[in-house]
Amino acid sequence: MKRIALLGMPNTGKSTFFNRLTGASARIGNWPGITVDLLGAKILLGAEMVETVDLPGIYDLHGFAEDEQVVRRFLQNNPVDLLCVILNAAQIDQQLPLALQLRQLGLKAVLVLNMVDEAERLGIRFDTAALAAGLGCPVCPISAKYGQGFPETRETLRQLLSHAKPADTVALQVDFAADEALIAEAERLVARTVTLPRMLEHDLTERIDRVALHPLFGIPLFFLALYLLFQAVYTVGGPLQDGVAWLLEQFRDLALVPLQTILPSLLYGLLVEGVYDGLGTVASFVPVIVLFFLGMALVEDSGYLARIAFLMDALMARMGLDGRGFVMLLMGFGCNVPALMGTRVMRSRGLRLLTMLVIPFSLCSARLQVFVFLTTALFSPAQAPLVLFALYLVSFLTAFATALLFKNRLQSREPLLIELPPYRLPTFEQIVLRSWHEVHHFLSRASRFIIAGVVMIWLLTHLPTGVPAGSPDTLAGIFGGWLEPLLRPIGIDQQMAVVLLFGFVAKEIVLGAMAVVYGLEGDALAQLMTHQMDWVQAFSFMLFTLIYTPCLSTVATMRGESKSVAFTGASIAWSLGLAWLFSFVFYQGARLLGY
Amino acid sequence: MTMVRLSELAIGQPGIIEEVDAEGHFRQRLQALGFRIGKEVRPIRQALFGGPLQVRIGSVNVMLRRNDAALIHVWAEG
Repeated sequence: MKRIALLGMPNTGKSTFFNRLTGASARIGNWPGITVDLLGAKILLGAEMVETVDLPGIYDLHGFAEDEQVVRRFLQNNPVDLLCVILNAAQIDQQLPLALQLRQLGLKAVLVLNMVDEAERLGIRFDTAALAAGLGCPVCPISAKYGQGFPETRETLRQLLSHAKPADTVALQVDFAADEALIAEAERLVARTVTLPRMLEHDLTERIDRVALHPLFGIPLFFLALYLLFQAVYTVGGPLQDGVAWLLEQFRDLALVPLQTILPSLLYGLLVEGVYDGLGTVASFVPVIVLFFLGMALVEDSGYLARIAFLMDALMARMGLDGRGFVMLLMGFGCNVPALMGTRVMRSRGLRLLTMLVIPFSLCSARLQVFVFLTTALFSPAQAPLVLFALYLVSFLTAFATALLFKNRLQSREPLLIELPPYRLPTFEQIVLRSWHEVHHFLSRASRFIIAGVVMIWLLTHLPTGVPAGSPDTLAGIFGGWLEPLLRPIGIDQQMAVVLLFGFVAKEIVLGAMAVVYGLEGDALAQLMTHQMDWVQAFSFMLFTLIYTPCLSTVATMRGESKSVAFTGASIAWSLGLAWLFSFVFYQGARLLGY
Repeated sequence: MTMVRLSELAIGQPGIIEEVDAEGHFRQRLQALGFRIGKEVRPIRQALFGGPLQVRIGSVNVMLRRNDAALIHVWAEG
């Protein structure tokens, strides 16, 4: 099968072009010679199936960054029939040297000039024929976002491929002196083929920045925007979540409950009360997750995240992190897993590990659900929001304290250089595609763990057979008994200890586990909780839930991203220790004060 | 014309790049974003609490920390 490789600088709309070319069929895959996963897709181009690979964004083919090494190793180990080089047309003067470097590989190539619409608005004009002649390859001006010029580009790709001879891998020789000459050549080529307006002023962007990056109002404005985003997600997502839960319940009552008479009771319990109910918990979360990722995609593609990094960098630098680390913590409010994956942009290992160490303290949406349930049950309507707010504060506090404590161990001197791109309004299609990728990824990860998790809970609370479900005589009860001496000093009894054990798998399971353990659901469960624990115990339980390991998905992601079992283990141990310490100090302190 | 560091330019004051004292990957990223000898740079604003600088070079806006900006030597008017 012939192969097209997409190459370009970061922020050139490469992924948008890739999505447009491949639809939503892309899969993450392994490639010879490299250790990171890349997105790839098989597409029908003319009459041929063609494999398309999205290579990481690079600034310099001869660079030393991880991504740049990945690209080099990919090209050395995988034959490429057509190199599709994507540049941001609005920044052609800066990006053309990369195209010239790639031309030296001697591969069949095509230059895709993306964002021509933006370049046109800025008054940049191209002589594409002269540029193509100068480069020795076809030049396709497009707007990947709006699809302008896309059909022609696709046709060019097809034609080039149909004439391509079987390709071989390339041998790379790095000649830094030649790179200087390339820059000079690029400047001459730009001077000959591109008309640049004398002063490029992104007027609208500058006007927005005057407000968004205001020395005094910038940070408060950001928190306001954050608050509004959360409000929107939960206002719209709450009813949707209830709707999905209702549908799942209807299906259960109408289609699954009748099976009770047919299936053996153990099998029925495992399949329906275990797997179906467990998966249902995840499924009912999908609307909120989708909305959250829609919101994040909107913010991310708008260019605002880079501004948040700008505003918060000074504060984060004092903790050994940088502005990007704060952005990752924010992403962690939705789900810690994509936030951990987001640390890939960091090149220094120390900085990346330190950021990965603090992300799990970010109060994710699954934990929020537990807290909303417990605060509503145990606190007055006036107190409940304050308690939630306190938990968010603890979330930041533990993250920052962790960073301060470990910043000397995980040091970095990574210069921070971030482009503040012009503000862009993402298209609806673009946002939908992006969030679909995220959600798909989330579901495939989460469902694996949650099926295994709920099967385990069900078995633990129902075995050995012949004892009452959830009683101290079951396996779960026995484990709870073992944990009791450890958790008694923080006010957590045997039954809640079992719940915490399950919470290790995923916080989505915590409420379900409480329901299974106490044999009650919804309001009745809330009612029971007020008799089972007082507010001091409840807050201690919430502190522990907030700080200890978020879920197995986070652990697996951390293991995958850090490629270190030792680091992952240390992170789990640290968060467990810190959770116990916080709960202990709070619980014993409150009791000493007479509460 | 006097030679100063980029971090020493006043907000809004343009300078012409004379030397980029950075190494390795950072140097290349600077190059890729257009920080080359002879180009004009201008600090646009600085974040609170000694935070990073926003600098404009050509059509590109970037943020970089003051200590990193100090590696870039520029000619300034006056």
